[in-house]
Amino acid sequence: MTVKLVYFAWVRERIGRQEEDLDLPATVVTVRDLLVHLTTLGEEYENALQFPDVIRVAINQEHAEHDEPIAGAREIGIFPPMTGG
Amino acid sequence: MSMTNPTIRVQSTDFDLTAEIATLTAGRKDIGAVVTFTGLCRDEQGALSALELEHYPGMAEAEMRRIGELAIERFSLVGLTAIHRFGKILPGENIVLVIAAATHRQAAFDGASFVMDFLKTSAPFWKKEHAADGQKGDWVSAKDTDDAARDKWQ
Repeated sequence: MTVKLVYFAWVRERIGRQEEDLDLPATVVTVRDLLVHLTTLGEEYENALQFPDVIRVAINQEHAEHDEPIAGAREIGIFPPMTGG
Repeated sequence: MSMTNPTIRVQSTDFDLTAEIATLTAGRKDIGAVVTFTGLCRDEQGALSALELEHYPGMAEAEMRRIGELAIERFSLVGLTAIHRFGKILPGENIVLVIAAATHRQAAFDGASFVMDFLKTSAPFWKKEHAADGQKGDWVSAKDTDDAARDKWQ
């Protein structure tokens, strides 16, 4: 499955890019699987996602829990807790 | 009765509070209360020269609309405007505006407060501080007190 990943704030800065299309192995089923998979892609991903519990994820621009499946996702946003307002 | 439709905007430019209230209330005779909240950029006792607001285009608007619709339904609001700026914002400048209109004051107060509490914790915006000494500072950390403020509505 190929999915567009978009990164924001310090996740974007640490990974060093704003977005990318990634081919995911079939073993990546949930949001949590995705975060674990990304940490295997290099030091910059490990640095960005070393504390996965604080990382927030949106599937197709809607907030998603870590145990949610990513099947059918076109775009997955990965970012730190929000600090707007 | 038709459902109130919130006015949602995400923009880099400033907003005009008076003009936004006028737009919301124009020609209306059902509104008995208007409560507004404006969030401004502080200089943190001179330590901060600017904030940089990053957002998730598309999702930011969608999430603000979702929050606005929740508030309209929960507090029977008859009007709601929420505007959030992005980009570089200097101390003293506006960041966010919420206008809640209702038939009576308590719903308007509660509606504005509810929207702000949820906006802070679930609308995809992030603040980065620029230090007054020219150093690019850190990303602002999310506060537990903001989560607590949101959770009190549950």
